[in-house]
Amino acid sequence: MEETRFRAGDRVRVKEMHPDGHHRTTYYVKGKTGVVNRYFGRYANPENLAYGGDGLPLRELYWVEFDINDLWDHEAGRKQDKLCIEIYEHWLEPA
Amino acid sequence: MAHSHDHGNGHRHHHHGEHERTYSRDPAAHNARMQSDDAYREGAVAQVEHDLDYYQVRVTALLNLLREKGILTTDEMRRAVEEIYGQSPAIGSRVVARAWADEGFKERLLADADAACAEMGIDTSGINRVVALENTDSLRYMVVCTLCSCYPRQLLGQPPTWYKSFPYRSKAVTDPRGTLKDLGLEPPDDVELVVIDSNADCRYLIVPRRPRGTEGWSEARLFQLVTRDSMIGVGDPLTPEELEEAARAAEQSA
Repeated sequence: MEETRFRAGDRVRVKEMHPDGHHRTTYYVKGKTGVVNRYFGRYANPENLAYGGDGLPLRELYWVEFDINDLWDHEAGRKQDKLCIEIYEHWLEPA
Repeated sequence: MAHSHDHGNGHRHHHHGEHERTYSRDPAAHNARMQSDDAYREGAVAQVEHDLDYYQVRVTALLNLLREKGILTTDEMRRAVEEIYGQSPAIGSRVVARAWADEGFKERLLADADAACAEMGIDTSGINRVVALENTDSLRYMVVCTLCSCYPRQLLGQPPTWYKSFPYRSKAVTDPRGTLKDLGLEPPDDVELVVIDSNADCRYLIVPRRPRGTEGWSEARLFQLVTRDSMIGVGDPLTPEELEEAARAAEQSA
Protein backbone atom coordinates (compact mmCIF):
# COMPACT_ATOMS: atom_id res chain seq x y z
CA MET A 1 0.00 0.00 0.00
CA GLU A 2 1.39 3.35 -1.06
CA GLU A 3 2.11 5.90 1.66
CA THR A 4 -0.04 8.96 1.13
CA ARG A 5 -0.49 12.09 3.15
CA PHE A 6 -4.18 11.43 3.69
CA ARG A 7 -6.15 8.25 4.18
CA ALA A 8 -9.78 7.27 3.93
CA GLY A 9 -11.63 8.72 6.91
CA ASP A 10 -9.34 11.74 7.38
CA ARG A 11 -11.04 15.09 7.73
CA VAL A 12 -9.65 17.54 5.20
CA ARG A 13 -10.20 21.14 4.20
CA VAL A 14 -9.99 22.29 0.61
CA LYS A 15 -7.56 25.19 0.39
CA GLU A 16 -9.06 28.55 -0.39
CA MET A 17 -6.85 29.31 -3.39
CA HIS A 18 -7.79 31.22 -6.51
CA PRO A 19 -4.99 30.76 -9.02
CA ASP A 20 -5.52 32.52 -12.34
CA GLY A 21 -5.07 29.50 -14.55
CA HIS A 22 -6.92 26.29 -15.29
CA HIS A 23 -7.64 24.11 -12.28
CA ARG A 24 -10.14 21.43 -11.44
CA THR A 25 -11.06 22.40 -7.92
CA THR A 26 -14.57 23.79 -8.15
CA TYR A 27 -15.26 27.07 -6.40
CA TYR A 28 -18.02 25.65 -4.25
CA VAL A 29 -15.76 23.27 -2.31
CA LYS A 30 -12.98 25.80 -1.66
CA GLY A 31 -12.61 26.39 2.07
CA LYS A 32 -15.03 23.55 2.86
CA THR A 33 -14.35 20.60 5.12
CA GLY A 34 -15.03 17.03 4.10
CA VAL A 35 -13.81 13.48 4.61
CA VAL A 36 -11.45 11.47 2.42
CA ASN A 37 -13.53 8.64 0.97
CA ARG A 38 -10.74 6.97 -1.01
CA TYR A 39 -7.39 7.48 -2.64
CA PHE A 40 -7.41 7.04 -6.42
CA GLY A 41 -3.71 7.18 -7.26
CA ARG A 42 -1.29 9.59 -8.86
CA TYR A 43 -2.25 11.47 -11.99
CA ALA A 44 -0.76 14.12 -14.26
CA ASN A 45 -1.38 17.62 -12.95
CA PRO A 46 -4.06 19.31 -15.09
CA GLU A 47 -2.88 22.75 -14.00
CA ASN A 48 0.28 22.11 -15.98
CA LEU A 49 -1.14 19.84 -18.71
CA ALA A 50 -3.60 22.53 -19.71
CA TYR A 51 -0.75 24.69 -20.98
CA GLY A 52 1.08 22.03 -22.92
CA GLY A 53 3.19 20.82 -19.99
CA ASP A 54 3.98 17.23 -19.12
CA GLY A 55 1.82 17.23 -15.97
CA LEU A 56 4.77 16.27 -13.79
CA PRO A 57 5.21 15.79 -10.94
CA LEU A 58 2.18 13.55 -10.70
CA ARG A 59 -0.35 14.57 -8.06
CA GLU A 60 -2.12 12.35 -5.56
CA LEU A 61 -5.84 12.31 -6.25
CA TYR A 62 -8.47 11.70 -3.57
CA TRP A 63 -12.21 11.32 -3.54
CA VAL A 64 -13.48 13.76 -0.93
CA GLU A 65 -16.98 13.49 0.45
CA PHE A 66 -18.95 16.44 1.81
CA ASP A 67 -22.29 16.72 3.53
CA ILE A 68 -24.11 18.47 0.75
CA ASN A 69 -25.68 20.89 3.22
CA ASP A 70 -22.19 22.06 4.27
CA LEU A 71 -21.58 23.36 0.76
CA TRP A 72 -24.42 25.83 0.41
CA ASP A 73 -26.24 28.45 2.43
CA HIS A 74 -29.56 26.86 1.56
CA GLU A 75 -30.79 23.36 2.37
CA ALA A 76 -29.50 21.43 -0.62
CA GLY A 77 -30.59 17.96 0.44
CA ARG A 78 -31.57 15.64 3.29
CA LYS A 79 -29.15 15.49 6.20
CA GLN A 80 -27.62 12.22 4.92
CA ASP A 81 -27.09 13.46 1.34
CA LYS A 82 -23.51 13.82 0.14
CA LEU A 83 -21.39 15.23 -2.63
CA CYS A 84 -18.19 13.49 -3.75
CA ILE A 85 -15.54 15.20 -5.82
CA GLU A 86 -11.96 14.48 -6.91
CA ILE A 87 -9.35 16.72 -5.28
CA TYR A 88 -5.57 16.68 -5.79
CA GLU A 89 -3.43 16.55 -2.68
CA HIS A 90 -1.92 20.01 -3.10
CA TRP A 91 -5.41 21.44 -2.66
CA LEU A 92 -5.98 19.68 0.69
CA GLU A 93 -4.96 20.42 4.26
CA PRO A 94 -5.81 18.52 7.46
CA ALA A 95 -8.97 19.77 9.16
CA MET B 1 -7.53 5.87 -30.50
CA ALA B 2 -9.94 8.73 -30.91
CA HIS B 3 -9.72 10.95 -27.89
CA SER B 4 -12.76 10.67 -25.76
CA HIS B 5 -13.51 14.34 -25.58
CA ASP B 6 -13.14 14.49 -21.85
CA HIS B 7 -10.92 16.77 -19.86
CA GLY B 8 -8.93 14.07 -18.14
CA ASN B 9 -7.03 12.77 -21.07
CA GLY B 10 -3.73 14.50 -20.93
CA HIS B 11 -2.59 16.62 -23.78
CA ARG B 12 -5.72 17.95 -25.37
CA HIS B 13 -7.74 19.98 -22.99
CA HIS B 14 -10.96 21.74 -23.12
CA HIS B 15 -13.26 23.16 -20.62
CA HIS B 16 -16.59 24.85 -20.87
CA GLY B 17 -15.32 26.70 -23.88
CA GLU B 18 -18.28 26.07 -26.09
CA HIS B 19 -19.71 29.15 -24.47
CA GLU B 20 -16.49 31.12 -24.49
CA ARG B 21 -16.35 33.72 -27.22
CA THR B 22 -14.26 36.45 -25.68
CA TYR B 23 -10.70 37.33 -26.49
CA SER B 24 -9.27 37.79 -23.04
CA ARG B 25 -5.55 37.21 -22.68
CA ASP B 26 -5.87 35.34 -19.43
CA PRO B 27 -4.84 31.66 -19.40
CA ALA B 28 -8.27 30.33 -18.46
CA ALA B 29 -9.84 32.00 -21.46
CA HIS B 30 -7.01 30.79 -23.64
CA ASN B 31 -7.63 27.29 -22.42
CA ALA B 32 -11.32 27.63 -23.04
CA ARG B 33 -10.62 28.66 -26.60
CA MET B 34 -8.35 25.67 -27.13
CA GLN B 35 -11.15 23.46 -25.93
CA SER B 36 -13.61 25.08 -28.26
CA ASP B 37 -11.42 24.38 -31.21
CA ASP B 38 -11.11 20.77 -30.21
CA ALA B 39 -14.82 20.31 -29.72
CA TYR B 40 -15.72 22.06 -32.92
CA ARG B 41 -13.14 20.27 -35.03
CA GLU B 42 -15.11 17.04 -34.86
CA GLY B 43 -18.32 18.81 -35.61
CA ALA B 44 -16.76 20.47 -38.61
CA VAL B 45 -15.80 17.16 -40.12
CA ALA B 46 -19.18 15.61 -39.46
CA GLN B 47 -21.38 18.52 -40.48
CA VAL B 48 -20.04 20.15 -43.59
CA GLU B 49 -23.30 21.92 -44.25
CA HIS B 50 -23.28 23.78 -40.99
CA ASP B 51 -23.27 27.57 -41.00
CA LEU B 52 -19.79 28.94 -41.21
CA ASP B 53 -19.69 30.86 -37.97
CA TYR B 54 -16.56 32.07 -36.27
CA TYR B 55 -15.47 28.70 -34.91
CA GLN B 56 -16.30 26.90 -38.09
CA VAL B 57 -14.00 29.15 -40.05
CA ARG B 58 -11.27 28.70 -37.49
CA VAL B 59 -11.74 24.96 -37.43
CA THR B 60 -11.72 24.67 -41.19
CA ALA B 61 -8.51 26.68 -41.31
CA LEU B 62 -6.95 24.40 -38.69
CA LEU B 63 -8.06 21.25 -40.50
CA ASN B 64 -6.59 22.49 -43.73
CA LEU B 65 -3.32 23.33 -42.01
CA LEU B 66 -3.15 19.91 -40.38
CA ARG B 67 -3.72 18.29 -43.74
CA GLU B 68 -1.31 20.53 -45.64
CA LYS B 69 1.45 19.98 -43.11
CA GLY B 70 0.87 16.24 -43.25
CA ILE B 71 0.05 15.96 -39.53
CA LEU B 72 -3.32 14.31 -40.13
CA THR B 73 -4.95 12.88 -43.21
CA THR B 74 -8.61 13.31 -44.08
CA ASP B 75 -9.00 9.58 -43.66
CA GLU B 76 -7.55 9.66 -40.15
CA MET B 77 -9.92 12.44 -39.18
CA ARG B 78 -12.88 10.57 -40.63
CA ARG B 79 -11.95 7.42 -38.75
CA ALA B 80 -11.57 9.32 -35.48
CA VAL B 81 -15.03 10.85 -35.90
CA GLU B 82 -16.50 7.46 -36.77
CA GLU B 83 -14.94 5.94 -33.70
CA ILE B 84 -16.37 8.66 -31.48
CA TYR B 85 -19.86 8.25 -32.91
CA GLY B 86 -19.55 4.47 -32.83
CA GLN B 87 -19.54 4.58 -29.05
CA SER B 88 -22.97 4.04 -27.53
CA PRO B 89 -24.69 3.43 -24.19
CA ALA B 90 -25.14 -0.19 -25.26
CA ILE B 91 -21.54 -0.81 -24.21
CA GLY B 92 -22.31 0.29 -20.65
CA SER B 93 -25.56 -1.69 -20.71
CA ARG B 94 -23.61 -4.85 -21.48
CA VAL B 95 -21.42 -4.22 -18.46
CA VAL B 96 -24.38 -3.59 -16.15
CA ALA B 97 -26.25 -6.66 -17.42
CA ARG B 98 -23.16 -8.79 -16.77
CA ALA B 99 -22.90 -7.33 -13.24
CA TRP B 100 -26.55 -8.17 -12.57
CA ALA B 101 -26.20 -11.68 -13.91
CA ASP B 102 -22.84 -12.54 -12.36
CA GLU B 103 -22.13 -11.61 -8.73
CA GLY B 104 -18.41 -12.38 -9.08
CA PHE B 105 -18.16 -10.05 -12.07
CA LYS B 106 -19.98 -7.33 -10.16
CA GLU B 107 -17.47 -7.54 -7.32
CA ARG B 108 -14.60 -7.27 -9.77
CA LEU B 109 -16.29 -4.36 -11.53
CA LEU B 110 -16.77 -2.41 -8.31
CA ALA B 111 -13.18 -3.12 -7.26
CA ASP B 112 -11.50 -2.33 -10.60
CA ALA B 113 -13.83 -1.27 -13.38
CA ASP B 114 -11.11 -0.89 -16.02
CA ALA B 115 -9.98 -4.49 -15.51
CA ALA B 116 -13.56 -5.77 -15.48
CA CYS B 117 -14.30 -3.94 -18.75
CA ALA B 118 -11.12 -5.37 -20.29
CA GLU B 119 -12.39 -8.82 -19.28
CA MET B 120 -15.35 -8.16 -21.59
CA GLY B 121 -13.11 -6.90 -24.37
CA ILE B 122 -14.13 -3.28 -23.75
CA ASP B 123 -11.34 -0.76 -24.19
CA THR B 124 -11.37 2.03 -21.60
CA SER B 125 -7.82 3.17 -22.20
CA GLY B 126 -8.98 6.65 -23.22
CA ILE B 127 -10.21 7.19 -19.67
CA ASN B 128 -7.71 7.61 -16.84
CA ARG B 129 -9.85 5.59 -14.48
CA VAL B 130 -13.35 4.15 -14.65
CA VAL B 131 -15.15 3.92 -11.32
CA ALA B 132 -18.27 1.76 -11.05
CA LEU B 133 -20.65 2.48 -8.20
CA GLU B 134 -23.60 0.37 -7.15
CA ASN B 135 -26.96 1.78 -6.18
CA THR B 136 -28.64 -0.05 -3.32
CA ASP B 137 -31.97 0.19 -1.50
CA SER B 138 -30.47 2.79 0.85
CA LEU B 139 -27.91 4.56 -1.34
CA ARG B 140 -28.19 6.17 -4.73
CA TYR B 141 -25.60 7.96 -6.88
CA MET B 142 -26.02 10.57 -9.58
CA VAL B 143 -23.27 12.00 -11.78
CA VAL B 144 -22.65 15.52 -13.03
CA CYS B 145 -19.67 17.40 -14.41
CA THR B 146 -20.03 20.97 -13.18
CA LEU B 147 -16.88 22.15 -14.98
CA CYS B 148 -17.84 20.95 -18.44
CA SER B 149 -19.16 17.65 -19.77
CA CYS B 150 -16.91 14.82 -18.54
CA TYR B 151 -18.60 11.55 -19.24
CA PRO B 152 -17.50 7.92 -19.75
CA ARG B 153 -17.84 8.16 -23.53
CA GLN B 154 -16.17 4.84 -24.21
CA LEU B 155 -18.93 3.18 -22.20
CA LEU B 156 -21.92 5.46 -22.77
CA GLY B 157 -21.23 7.24 -26.06
CA GLN B 158 -21.81 10.97 -26.34
CA PRO B 159 -23.51 12.65 -23.39
CA PRO B 160 -27.08 13.86 -23.81
CA THR B 161 -27.51 17.59 -24.40
CA TRP B 162 -29.04 18.19 -20.98
CA TYR B 163 -25.97 16.69 -19.31
CA LYS B 164 -23.90 19.50 -20.82
CA SER B 165 -26.45 22.21 -20.05
CA PHE B 166 -25.90 24.89 -17.41
CA PRO B 167 -29.22 24.17 -15.67
CA TYR B 168 -28.35 20.51 -15.07
CA ARG B 169 -24.77 21.25 -14.10
CA SER B 170 -25.75 23.84 -11.52
CA LYS B 171 -28.94 22.31 -10.16
CA ALA B 172 -27.49 18.80 -9.76
CA VAL B 173 -25.15 20.07 -7.04
CA THR B 174 -27.34 22.73 -5.46
CA ASP B 175 -30.65 20.83 -5.47
CA PRO B 176 -30.06 17.21 -6.48
CA ARG B 177 -33.42 15.93 -5.30
CA GLY B 178 -35.16 18.72 -7.18
CA THR B 179 -33.15 17.78 -10.24
CA LEU B 180 -34.20 14.15 -9.99
CA LYS B 181 -37.78 15.23 -9.50
CA ASP B 182 -37.56 17.25 -12.73
CA LEU B 183 -36.48 14.01 -14.39
CA GLY B 184 -39.33 12.02 -12.85
CA LEU B 185 -37.56 10.41 -9.91
CA GLU B 186 -38.28 10.82 -6.22
CA PRO B 187 -35.94 8.79 -4.05
CA PRO B 188 -37.41 8.10 -0.58
CA ASP B 189 -36.52 10.60 2.16
CA ASP B 190 -34.37 8.09 4.02
CA VAL B 191 -32.26 7.10 1.00
CA GLU B 192 -28.76 8.57 0.98
CA LEU B 193 -28.27 10.50 -2.24
CA VAL B 194 -24.65 10.98 -3.33
CA VAL B 195 -23.93 13.51 -6.05
CA ILE B 196 -20.67 12.87 -7.88
CA ASP B 197 -18.97 15.82 -9.49
CA SER B 198 -16.88 14.25 -12.24
CA ASN B 199 -14.26 16.99 -12.20
CA ALA B 200 -10.90 15.33 -12.82
CA ASP B 201 -9.49 11.93 -13.82
CA CYS B 202 -12.29 9.47 -13.05
CA ARG B 203 -15.34 8.65 -15.14
CA TYR B 204 -18.25 7.03 -13.41
CA LEU B 205 -20.57 4.18 -14.32
CA ILE B 206 -23.55 3.64 -12.06
CA VAL B 207 -24.77 0.09 -11.63
CA PRO B 208 -28.48 0.62 -10.99
CA ARG B 209 -30.56 -1.73 -8.87
CA ARG B 210 -31.65 -4.82 -10.75
CA PRO B 211 -35.39 -4.54 -11.37
CA ARG B 212 -37.71 -6.83 -9.46
CA GLY B 213 -39.28 -9.71 -11.34
CA THR B 214 -36.13 -10.52 -13.29
CA GLU B 215 -35.00 -13.58 -11.35
CA GLY B 216 -33.50 -16.16 -13.65
CA TRP B 217 -33.29 -13.78 -16.62
CA SER B 218 -30.38 -14.23 -19.00
CA GLU B 219 -27.76 -11.55 -19.40
CA ALA B 220 -29.05 -10.80 -22.91
CA ARG B 221 -32.56 -10.25 -21.59
CA LEU B 222 -31.34 -8.12 -18.67
CA PHE B 223 -29.38 -6.00 -21.14
CA GLN B 224 -32.63 -4.72 -22.63
CA LEU B 225 -33.63 -3.19 -19.29
CA VAL B 226 -30.56 -1.01 -18.84
CA THR B 227 -31.14 2.61 -19.84
CA ARG B 228 -28.53 5.28 -20.42
CA ASP B 229 -29.99 7.52 -17.73
CA SER B 230 -29.89 4.72 -15.18
CA MET B 231 -26.12 4.48 -15.72
CA ILE B 232 -25.78 8.26 -15.09
CA GLY B 233 -27.89 7.79 -11.96
CA VAL B 234 -30.74 10.05 -13.00
CA GLY B 235 -33.13 7.31 -14.07
CA ASP B 236 -34.16 3.79 -13.24
CA PRO B 237 -33.82 0.79 -15.51
CA LEU B 238 -36.94 -0.45 -17.25
CA THR B 239 -39.18 -2.85 -15.36
CA PRO B 240 -40.16 -6.11 -17.10
CA GLU B 241 -43.59 -4.57 -17.66
CA GLU B 242 -42.13 -1.46 -19.27
CA LEU B 243 -39.95 -3.60 -21.51
CA GLU B 244 -42.98 -5.63 -22.60
CA GLU B 245 -44.91 -2.46 -23.28
CA ALA B 246 -42.05 -1.04 -25.34
CA ALA B 247 -41.85 -4.25 -27.35
CA ARG B 248 -45.61 -4.14 -28.01
CA ALA B 249 -45.41 -0.52 -29.11
CA ALA B 250 -42.52 -1.32 -31.44
CA GLU B 251 -44.46 -4.21 -32.93
CA GLN B 252 -47.51 -2.04 -33.56
CA SER B 253 -45.50 0.66 -35.28
CA ALA B 254 -43.64 -1.89 -37.43
